[in-house]
Amino acid sequence: MTALTGLATEADTAVATGRPSDARAGGRRRTWVQVIRYILLGVLALLYISPVLFMIVTSFKTRADAAGIPPTWIPDPFTTQAYETILTASGTPVLIWFSNSLIAAVLHSLLVVVTASLAAYPLARMTFRGRGVVFSVVIATLLIPPVILIIPNYLIVGNLGWLNSLIAIIIPTAASAFGVFFMRQFFLSLPTELEEAALLDGANRWQIFLRVILPLSKPALATLALLAFLTNWNDFLWPVYVLFSADVQTLPSGLGTLQSANAVRYDLLMAGAVIASVPVLLLFVFLQRFIIEGVSRSGLKG
Amino acid sequence: MSSQTPVGSETRVGASVVEAPTAASVARSSHRPGQSPTRPKRFTPWLFLLPYLLLFTVFVIVPSVFGIWISLHEWDYTLPNKPFVGAENYTDLFDPGSVNAGSFWTSMRATGIFTLFSVPLLLVLPLLVALLMNRRFPGRNFFRAVYFAPYVLGVAVVGLMWRYLLDNNIGLVNFYLGVFGLPDETAWTTSLPAAWVALVGVTVWWTLGFNSVIYLAALQDIPAELYEAAAVDGANSWQQFRHVTLPGLRPILTFVTINTLIASANMFGQSYIITQGAPGRETRTAIYQIAETGLRNFQMGDAAAMSYVLTLFLMMISVIVFWLFREKKEKPLTSGGTK
Repeated sequence: MTALTGLATEADTAVATGRPSDARAGGRRRTWVQVIRYILLGVLALLYISPVLFMIVTSFKTRADAAGIPPTWIPDPFTTQAYETILTASGTPVLIWFSNSLIAAVLHSLLVVVTASLAAYPLARMTFRGRGVVFSVVIATLLIPPVILIIPNYLIVGNLGWLNSLIAIIIPTAASAFGVFFMRQFFLSLPTELEEAALLDGANRWQIFLRVILPLSKPALATLALLAFLTNWNDFLWPVYVLFSADVQTLPSGLGTLQSANAVRYDLLMAGAVIASVPVLLLFVFLQRFIIEGVSRSGLKG
Repeated sequence: MSSQTPVGSETRVGASVVEAPTAASVARSSHRPGQSPTRPKRFTPWLFLLPYLLLFTVFVIVPSVFGIWISLHEWDYTLPNKPFVGAENYTDLFDPGSVNAGSFWTSMRATGIFTLFSVPLLLVLPLLVALLMNRRFPGRNFFRAVYFAPYVLGVAVVGLMWRYLLDNNIGLVNFYLGVFGLPDETAWTTSLPAAWVALVGVTVWWTLGFNSVIYLAALQDIPAELYEAAAVDGANSWQQFRHVTLPGLRPILTFVTINTLIASANMFGQSYIITQGAPGRETRTAIYQIAETGLRNFQMGDAAAMSYVLTLFLMMISVIVFWLFREKKEKPLTSGGTK
């Protein structure tokens, strides 16, 4: 307990944690402080998340209601018209954008996980000439601002004939230096005894990787796949400039075009935004622990 | 893939007699104890690395050099001729009379303003949230999730949502400002300095959880004994924060600072969706200007030169940050705090 009080920056929170002297002053007062603190925390949390809630509320409003003054928190009437319009109107193939985003994000994250874990294994577990150089160069690119890659990669993608196609969204961003670093750190944490035993049993490196290392690495692989999926699903700049036709857009770039076409149709825009948010919010709710662990590990042991 | 990997004796052994450890492999491992799992055949590691290195070479190494080549040419994607112009694309950026110089430096200033105001907020506010969330209380995970949740939404969603909320006529922000008797007709997306307040505010709201989570992980790595020792020595909360928490955070602080700086300097989507660069081009950021110059107007030589100038600025700032956060001589209270 005393350790935790050290982290409090304000005097009142230190008191609330309960120093030994205060504890005797009465459990009742402490309970009240707790209750008030929870109410405050709750109100703050609700305020913090209220923009998202209002987006969802608006997506169930009519066009007029969405533009009404004063803004209301309860749709009147409650309608799914915005969704119906946006899903069926010819200029806004949201279902196609959705499947484009899904295909791209799934294939991209598979590619990241496969290439990064393959590359990380020898970097973590084998000694060979050039290992230090390879690892340093890969890590050094973490410091390269992605901006210098935009123009040349556009030309490379153009020369490969990938402009205006989903491949341009899936492959060029898949060389994840973070992924290699992340998987290498994980492999380093695995005990070597199992590999030694497998080597003695006559397994080769490939068999060890597939049957010993990968099964032990499921949590790390899942975390990396999830982070790659989220990044790809949400990517904006690259698809905005690389995809041109209405039917090859991803959801974010499609929403970008929707905005310029329907500047005032906030009911439609919010419905589109909700559709783009549902998969990531669901992933977040169910796999929160992996996402947060992945993010926190991305900053550690650097 | 598996047909490529088997090279050498290990494979042959594995393929023929799997269950019986052969004399050869036993002998090898006893010959060099502890070495055998780390000594592969010569090409094995490279076969594992191959798919990644292929992607890495084509889309990271080649473009970072190719970009320099492009920047030295008058490079229009749509035209057949790409004449060599030497450093002209660079010198043009420093020549007030040239076409691109004005808009480029306006965009650099926009990036600078945004970075200057967003980075300190994104360093301090997440730390406060992390300190709060680091205390043990029931429901802590729920509150952590609430503050992190916006980060999983993409910039397109966040941008559209806030464009609506910030609408000067029908938006919630002006409405509630009015309710509390504050000025309620601010043009958040089309006037200065309101647009900067909006862009910085939205970004802080959106990404605060990311830095909080990283801080939180670092806070939990600080050994509790250090706080106990400090408390025994009579340190109060502030002194404990100053002499235990902050030094314990130092290694991670460099990472968070550089990471936040680079993210802020690459701000694009918020400006593209919420303000569309307005008013005028005042909130059009450097990366926005580079993308428009190179990928809309196809002046790729100029755009490549701009991207290297921006990168140079970023590198200089990163070096300054590393220098500021360099390991200083340890003070008595903090020694051992990071190990």
